[in-house]
Amino acid sequence: MVEKKTSPDISVLFAGKIHSPNPFWLASAPPTNCGEQVMRAFDAGWGGAVWKTLGEPITNVSSRYSSIDWNGQRMMGLNNIELITDRPLAVNLREISEVKKRYPRNTLIASLMVESKREAWHTIVQQAEDAGADGLELNFGCPHGMSERGMGSAVGQVPEYTEMITAWVKEKARTPVLVKLTPNISDIRVVARAAKRGGADGLSAINTINSITGIDLDTFVPRPNVDGRSSHGGYCGPAVKPIALNLVQQVQGDADANLPLSGIGGISDWRDAVEFLLLGCSNVQVCTAVMHYGYRIVDDMCDGLANWMREKGFGKISDFQGKSLERVQEWKHLNLNYKIVARIHEETCIGCELCYAACWDGAHQCIHLDRVGEGHSGNGRHATPAERENVSRQRIAMTPIPKLDHPLLRNGDAEPYATPLSRIPRVDEDECVGCNLCSLVCPVDGCITMERVDKNVAAESWEQRVANSANPARKCD
Amino acid sequence: MSTAPKQEANPELVARFPELHPPLTQVSALTEANRCLYCFDAPCTAACPTHIDVPRFIKKIAQGNLRGSALTILDANILGASCARVCPVDVLCEGACVMHRYNKQPIEIGLLQRHAMDAFLANGATIELESTETRQGRVACIGAGPASLAFAAELRRRGYGVTIFDSRPLPGGLNTYGVAEYKLRASDSLREIEMIRGMGVEFQFGERIEGEEQLNRLEKEFDYVFLGIGLGAMRELQIPGCEQAGVVDALKFIADYKTGGRLSVGKRVIVVGAGNTAIDAARAALRLGAEEVQMVYRRDEASISAFQFEYEYAKAEGVKFHWWTQPVAVLASEDGRKIRGIRCVRVESAANGELRNVAGSEWETACDMVIPAIGQSPLLEFLQACRGVKLENGRVAVDRATGQTSNAKYFAGGDCVNGGREVVDAVADGKRTAVSVVRFLEKKHG
Repeated sequence: MVEKKTSPDISVLFAGKIHSPNPFWLASAPPTNCGEQVMRAFDAGWGGAVWKTLGEPITNVSSRYSSIDWNGQRMMGLNNIELITDRPLAVNLREISEVKKRYPRNTLIASLMVESKREAWHTIVQQAEDAGADGLELNFGCPHGMSERGMGSAVGQVPEYTEMITAWVKEKARTPVLVKLTPNISDIRVVARAAKRGGADGLSAINTINSITGIDLDTFVPRPNVDGRSSHGGYCGPAVKPIALNLVQQVQGDADANLPLSGIGGISDWRDAVEFLLLGCSNVQVCTAVMHYGYRIVDDMCDGLANWMREKGFGKISDFQGKSLERVQEWKHLNLNYKIVARIHEETCIGCELCYAACWDGAHQCIHLDRVGEGHSGNGRHATPAERENVSRQRIAMTPIPKLDHPLLRNGDAEPYATPLSRIPRVDEDECVGCNLCSLVCPVDGCITMERVDKNVAAESWEQRVANSANPARKCD
Repeated sequence: MSTAPKQEANPELVARFPELHPPLTQVSALTEANRCLYCFDAPCTAACPTHIDVPRFIKKIAQGNLRGSALTILDANILGASCARVCPVDVLCEGACVMHRYNKQPIEIGLLQRHAMDAFLANGATIELESTETRQGRVACIGAGPASLAFAAELRRRGYGVTIFDSRPLPGGLNTYGVAEYKLRASDSLREIEMIRGMGVEFQFGERIEGEEQLNRLEKEFDYVFLGIGLGAMRELQIPGCEQAGVVDALKFIADYKTGGRLSVGKRVIVVGAGNTAIDAARAALRLGAEEVQMVYRRDEASISAFQFEYEYAKAEGVKFHWWTQPVAVLASEDGRKIRGIRCVRVESAANGELRNVAGSEWETACDMVIPAIGQSPLLEFLQACRGVKLENGRVAVDRATGQTSNAKYFAGGDCVNGGREVVDAVADGKRTAVSVVRFLEKKHG
């Protein structure tokens, strides 16, 4: 019997109603500004697109983006002060209609933002749905410009407004309604709960984060510079992913808030996407990575995701959706008796000593360079990093010239590893607190591993310890 | 007597000697700088004889602080610009880079150093001394090469007066006269020395210190004397015909094209020897227009004193090598006016390690120029004139840590002490010795 080989199914069904050939949607942003763009995106393989927010056309400023570069890499984070669509509503609606006709299998969501009037919302909902949108995303998140006019995050930061407007929309809408949440709030769950109470079918999170990316040190004007002035913008891109994951987890972990969630925030490749799906998202939205590299990046997003699923034995996305959610707990539930220590694998160590510097200055002073002599200062304590550097600087070094060098100087003792033993740090496992820092700074994959050493100790969380110590019977143990 | 020397490069020289390692562009320097791991107690720093804090100056490049980067380099090595060009980085900083064990691609430390130094020199190259007061105590340097320059700069930083004496019209020693032009232009060497002059170091050119009388005068005028005299002249090829005009020792040949404006060479050139200077001469001969350059060496490939990478370059450029070969006579043309060839003999290594000629193995090859590059001899005569300065194997014997010779008034560093190493070794010697001389001066003058 021949076993039929099938590729993993990466299609998604959002909120029980919106089918999409893959979980990758373009977020409402410049890449979804017009029909021509969205059709090219669908040709490239994007499963869906959230149209650049519809509303009363606005006027944009010129100079709209600024970014954070890091160690030679461009756009670790991107900031924008662009507003919603600047195109006439009728044009956008006509193009939505045409795109939907030509690409019936792709998801098309209309992002909406109008002034906080019931009639205005009813009208735009009707128009977007008549044009053929598969769903609606309420932009309660835009943090710049529009918020000054009482829209965007000015709505998303007030639970009552969020609930009220969501409810107005639901009075009219026939398609699923997603509320896009702003991260610029102290507890995102409060607004998520309000959206749920208002009847939202789903959520999308996060919108951009308030930011000033930097200041030009020659002109003293923050970026982006608009005729000598700037304004705070919305921050996105790889730098915001950890913040987005945390907010997604907060919403998904809250019974009164959780709804089908479209994950957004710094997703640049399939691995980022999987992380959002593992925290319970139903799909993801992407913007900055496309603004950086173009629509073509979706190819590896689909391919990488499918290959990973095949490797892990997942046939469909729901097989792993939310799988990591239960792994995020409050601190008080973590096992205090879990103990790991760092192990340095000498054969792959390159001798950069970054772990040593990090442990001494940034952790617990338990990595030492004492495999060969001189590791201790005179009084038996370990030499400090400064003392160690000083010894090196005092040493007389010469250019090796075989003809001139004494033969005894030429050959050192045979070294067991590629890196001289004197440069391979040693972990004092009794002192090591298992913080991970050394393994994080080590440039060589797998050179420093964290290994479990708590043999035969029962797990105990802080919560349990407090409960146990309050119990006099246990105290006597 | 000490007017600023010409710093513009001769255009023809520039055209014939394009730089071996062109500078990095701004973009490639930033990319390269960002690749540096910023090792702690970095092996590159330890390998550098002057202990330049390499990760620190590289991070400053990455972070847009080029002046800070250059000053970090200069703090350790006042000849950072020339060392960036001439250092055999493969056996020093770049050879020690941990990247060899990471992705096999060491950081281009030499080129990054040059990037920072070029920017510094292009922007006026001023080093602000911590104190402008001149402390009591004066020191003389004999020889204006790298060791003396480093020694003098360090003393000026600490407020002492220094005068450098040199018999030649230009400062810099081998940096100006002896390093292959495609590695370091004489004009670049002079530009760097202008920076040192700007620190208040005084120069006296054209004054050969050689006799008892001059030494007496120096000893009277100065508290201490630093010997940075390098090695002496190149050894002579002592074979019949060696006195002919077409026989030019390698250092003279190099100095002539670098600073003497002599941009001509024979068509067929024989270089005798296989050290780094021999290779510099052979490659220069090719650039000056020689059609054929052959090197003869009395031992095998494995015994050459040139760095491996120098040898590889020479081979790649078409220099031919004759191993186990010794010249026995330089042959003159019939009218005796020029060289027509050289006669060589095959040699072999006897059981006791000595070389002996192989009978009947003589052969001749046509040539019109012979460049002996068989090592420099120590300046024994001069040194013996320095009373009480002890020698060992033809080198000045010093206390390694202080640079002091057996005569307490004399200190020494560079080639005359180490037997002929690199510029960076001379700088390290000069700097280290200056630090100890300062201690003596403080004791003496308070």
